[in-house]
Amino acid sequence: MAQTQKVKARSLGQEAWRRFKKDRLAIIALCFLVLLVVAAFATLVIDLVTQGEFYDQYVVEQDLLKKLDGPSLEHPLGMDEFGRDILLRIIWGIRYSLFMGMIAIIGAIIIGTVIGSVAGFYKKVDNVIMRCMDVLLAIPSILLATAIVAALGPSLPNVVIAIGLANIPQFARIVRASVLTIKGQEYIEAARAMGASDLRIIAKYIIPNSMAPLIVQGSVGVASAILSIASLSFVGLGVQPPTPEWGAMLSNARTYMRDAWHITVMPGAAIMLSILSLNIIGDGLRDALDPRLKN
Amino acid sequence: MYKFVLKRIVMLIPVIIGVTFVVFFILSVAPGDPVLTILGDGATDEAIEQMREELGLNDPLLIRYVNYIWDVLHGDFGLSYKTRLPVSDQLLARFPNTLLLASCGIVLAIAFGIPLGILSAKKQYTFLDNVATVGALVSVSMPKFWLGLLLVLIFSLNLGVFPSQGMGEGVVGTLHSLVLPAVTLSTGFMATIMRMTRSSMLETIRQDYISTARAKGIKESQVTIRHMLKNALIPVITLCGLQFGHMLGGSMITETVFSWPGVGRYVLDSIKTKDTPAILGCVILMSVSFSIINLLVDILYGYVDPRIKSQYKAGKL
Repeated sequence: MAQTQKVKARSLGQEAWRRFKKDRLAIIALCFLVLLVVAAFATLVIDLVTQGEFYDQYVVEQDLLKKLDGPSLEHPLGMDEFGRDILLRIIWGIRYSLFMGMIAIIGAIIIGTVIGSVAGFYKKVDNVIMRCMDVLLAIPSILLATAIVAALGPSLPNVVIAIGLANIPQFARIVRASVLTIKGQEYIEAARAMGASDLRIIAKYIIPNSMAPLIVQGSVGVASAILSIASLSFVGLGVQPPTPEWGAMLSNARTYMRDAWHITVMPGAAIMLSILSLNIIGDGLRDALDPRLKN
Repeated sequence: MYKFVLKRIVMLIPVIIGVTFVVFFILSVAPGDPVLTILGDGATDEAIEQMREELGLNDPLLIRYVNYIWDVLHGDFGLSYKTRLPVSDQLLARFPNTLLLASCGIVLAIAFGIPLGILSAKKQYTFLDNVATVGALVSVSMPKFWLGLLLVLIFSLNLGVFPSQGMGEGVVGTLHSLVLPAVTLSTGFMATIMRMTRSSMLETIRQDYISTARAKGIKESQVTIRHMLKNALIPVITLCGLQFGHMLGGSMITETVFSWPGVGRYVLDSIKTKDTPAILGCVILMSVSFSIINLLVDILYGYVDPRIKSQYKAGKL
């Protein structure tokens, strides 16, 4: 029986999404992350609508009568050392950890892509640029970030800048490596024969083709950026109290650990769950984007 | 082979110069006048000028850098702005503590990470493998300071088995106080080593020479140790070396949680008091040790993998 079979065309992205969907754990992690982002936007809207009144009243305002109260129906995660609802503070803290981590990594990806594609594309500057990146890679990233924060002074924007800068070399290396493999392909030669400029070739062919490793490394990078922001805030170099950043919350909680376990456990669990879900998504993306790597 | 080692050592020099310059540059352009930190706000203009001259702050950046490196090469890291005592004394007293902590951390990470990775690869997709894989994912995602606090909460405050702060006296006391910080520092690295061992073992298990070895009738334990492990551990060794470097450089969080008297804690305390010579000394010490460890790993790698060794001999690398 003659039958014409219809072959549905799928783009690379659709193909990857089809594979990603099969990974149940990754989907759960993605849902959790989406939930966090939605909650973070909700807090932004609430702050805008109530002009910060809700924030002042429930997230920052102290109520010493309820200090260190354990988890209850009214306050599911309990109260902190100043009688503030820990759940609300964690929700208000999402924007600092998650969004700032993303901003730092997106910045690092953009600058790293520019540096990496220039290094990969132009042989003359390649050696100089990559030796500079090697030097930066020779400093453990948390140490580099600490040194930058030490120079700029402890504050949230400075931490984001420091972590972004410390992450540039790894993205530059990834982009350079893929540029070097792509550069020799025939379609680049074809584009050049048609008179495309270097800039056009980089923007139109090279960057889209090196997206896959960047996306994977990016999702893992956001996880480690969140960890770094929380760590720096924990040691007092990042977000300053009373801002409800997760690492800073833990730093305050240390003093009261003896009296109430929940103020130490809850903010840390929030950090761990977000990093865990980002790592799971990163693993899922790697399998979906490059099935060859799956063992 | 010696030529290769020599070449690597020579290549290390520009990296170390670069690292020290980057750190020196970052900390020198920092806003805030160090002279005011030392003398306080009420100092007279003359005193300030005299101090600037004394510290060499009137020289151009490059000259200050060269002078600083010259002094460092002679073991002089300058005087702390805060205490006016030599930074090198502090570094000398604290570096062994950091080294001890990082060494115990890496030993723990290897002692548990590699056997777990092997087990999990040999019993792929069994209950044990799943538990180990999920456990590794959770440990990698766990912030060190949180794990440290949880351990203190459980083992110091509730059970009272281990001290929560500082370093004990004598050998037994030191080891006793080392348990919690070393476990905290090693957990994440243990998980990374376990994951690497697992995937490397899985790659080796499918090789033809493993089937050959089995076909020859060699005992399974011998196949695992002599044929699989020997090949699978090569990338793991590199990873362990890198991890050790990261432990040295990244131990400051753990040191802060446990008030461990190491270099990491010193750098954080110095940042709070804007004590630039101390920060500079710590960061340079840790980055240079990190680079040297990487070099040692590279050389070790050549010894472990005969294929690489023969490439050196042929002059290909």
